[in-house]
Amino acid sequence: MDLLNIDNVTKVFGTYHALDKVSLTVPEGKVYGLLGPNGAGKTTLIRIINHITAPDSGQVIFDGHKLTHADVAHIGYLPEERGLYKKMKVGEQALFFAQLKGLSRADATRELKRWFEHFDISSWWNRKVSELSKGMAQKVQFIVTVLHRPKLLIFDEPFSGFDPINANLLRDEILRLAADGATVIFSTHNMASVEEICDTITLINKGHNILTGDVETLRREFADGRYTLTFTGDERSLLDTLSPAVSQTDVSVGESGDKILDLRLAAGASLRDVIGLANPIVEIRSVNEKKASMNDIFIEAVSRSNS
Amino acid sequence: MVSIIIRREYLERVKKKSFIFTTILMPILMLGLMVLPTLIMTMTEPDLRNIVVVDETGQIYAQLKSEANIHYSESEVGKSVDSLLGDEDVDAVLVIPGNVMDGNGMMKLYNKNASSLTMETQITSQVNDIVEQHKLSTYDIDNLSAILDAVKSDVTLQNIRADEDGATSESSTGLSYILGILLTFMLYILILLYGQMVMTSIIEEKNNRVLELIVSSVSPTKLMLGKICGIGLVAVTQIVLWGVLLALASVFVMPMVMSPQITADLAAIQSAGVDPAALSTDIDLLQALALLGDPMYIINLFGLLLLFLIGGFMLYAAIYAAIGSAVDNIQDASQLQSLTIAPIILGIIFGMSAGADPSSTIAVWTSIIPFTSPMVMMARVPFGIPAWEIILSIVLLYITFFVMVWIAAKIYRVGIFMYGKKPTVKELVKWVKYK
Repeated sequence: MDLLNIDNVTKVFGTYHALDKVSLTVPEGKVYGLLGPNGAGKTTLIRIINHITAPDSGQVIFDGHKLTHADVAHIGYLPEERGLYKKMKVGEQALFFAQLKGLSRADATRELKRWFEHFDISSWWNRKVSELSKGMAQKVQFIVTVLHRPKLLIFDEPFSGFDPINANLLRDEILRLAADGATVIFSTHNMASVEEICDTITLINKGHNILTGDVETLRREFADGRYTLTFTGDERSLLDTLSPAVSQTDVSVGESGDKILDLRLAAGASLRDVIGLANPIVEIRSVNEKKASMNDIFIEAVSRSNS
Repeated sequence: MVSIIIRREYLERVKKKSFIFTTILMPILMLGLMVLPTLIMTMTEPDLRNIVVVDETGQIYAQLKSEANIHYSESEVGKSVDSLLGDEDVDAVLVIPGNVMDGNGMMKLYNKNASSLTMETQITSQVNDIVEQHKLSTYDIDNLSAILDAVKSDVTLQNIRADEDGATSESSTGLSYILGILLTFMLYILILLYGQMVMTSIIEEKNNRVLELIVSSVSPTKLMLGKICGIGLVAVTQIVLWGVLLALASVFVMPMVMSPQITADLAAIQSAGVDPAALSTDIDLLQALALLGDPMYIINLFGLLLLFLIGGFMLYAAIYAAIGSAVDNIQDASQLQSLTIAPIILGIIFGMSAGADPSSTIAVWTSIIPFTSPMVMMARVPFGIPAWEIILSIVLLYITFFVMVWIAAKIYRVGIFMYGKKPTVKELVKWVKYK
């Protein structure tokens, strides 16, 4: 089932089209990557999902009905630009945000205590935010985002400002929340983390949805028949034999002394053809499918849509 | 939702030490400022000045009486002013020319140090008295001084306001004026202070980026309303506390500090039908005291003050909120702030002139037109004005503030996401039209 359905959404500021007929569908319980260059319209889209701004046309369907302001109680949003009231105490402030999401004071206090213990930060409760480091404040913001057990979680660059240890801690928490049934929209420029976390992505450029798909499928598609073949034996005769089946080749020597052939299938050829041709000539150690990195996919898709 | 915002905004400010401090200390400070100069005057002994008199009339010096702060002595014959001033004990030399006896000559006072206005007045009035007495005596009429005493009059004016329904009430114009100006300034300070508080607090939230977190739970309009109401409640709390303090002072403190004579006269004037001339205390002072000693009067006045404070504050706070949302820092706000400061200043100017003449056409109109109405109306209210004017003024003020809040909310919800560019008024108008 789909938790969120963005249907032909357009948002115009003056003459600038921040979003132009964008459609996408976020399936329930998945981690959905929302990618795009700076100024592509991601933040505008996220604000529309959060009911902060209204679209000029098109509609947003949340959990089977048209999105209303009441739905924000089921959404948790961690914005990229985030801050806290500096002079307020940590616990008091967390309570304030939790109550804004509709939790009662008692429920909020109980849940908060649990999370503070989980992150081992109970001693911060009575400290002022101004005494916290950036990373510490981010932990509090994370807790505030997920505290009310929202159906939809939106994280915009959640790892910025975190050291690697805390970034891992946070990633594990996000994956755990998704495993528990929450749907996650994840917006970032860190493509390595997209490969790690996301099931599906949508790439937005200049207000248009230019690419949507399953991460694994996309990486395979964009790999475009690239494989690595590790072998021992005579590379010259191997290349000669393979030439009708491959279009690009590059040989290097691996750490173990084995040779590595990066190849790309020629049109109409299959991996089976290549293995059949190579097997009599050299000793094959391994054959691996090469996946495109999200980084490559991002750059290729964006430059393709720009031209 | 809004109540949570209001709660946070309110508690954050009321719990501050500076709030408690100013609320309690401000009235004491103001009272101190009024009382202190008088206190200092009575506590310190005036300096004694030695004045040498060069009397060319030969008649005046003999009648000059030394006073607490002036000691007169006659100069030796034939000494010049310079040589007289050479004496260390001499502070000034007074030269009285012969033609003074005609009643229009000019005396000269040579001072070593700065002269004082009090001293000059004392000298001229003594000399004038002496000359007048002298001139009267030349007419040679019997019992002249007794006749003059009998002729002297001491007419006073008691101000009684006649309402349309025929009821009359005593009023003190002097007190009304002071009260009016005081209330006008109070409104001016509170509206400006708390209005700007709304603006700076919004700018701070914007810079903090705490806004982004909040608007994902609460709509920008509700956030703005919550903030304005929360801060407005702080202002109301302050006014109410001041009102309570003043009422307490009028009930408990005033009877303690007043002399028994004044208290008796006060009781007399409060029971009707007493001839004011029979009282020993000044009638204006008595009327003022009678009003201030009446808790109902103070509660009425503060009730109106509250109504106009709320209306005026909401109106200006909405504009301040729109400005705060549109800019990134206080410096950028200064230009747009003229939108609020100009009408507020106009309000205080018209308020002052309304205090001088509360029923002039300009005073009536500016006290009904919103923007200036809170300040000007509060200057007029103590004089007693028709109820319909007050009601019309309040209704118009509240309608305007609702419209202004609506417009401000439109600007606010766009402005809070705008960074880096200082918007013009034209752009603000454009934002209002965004969907």
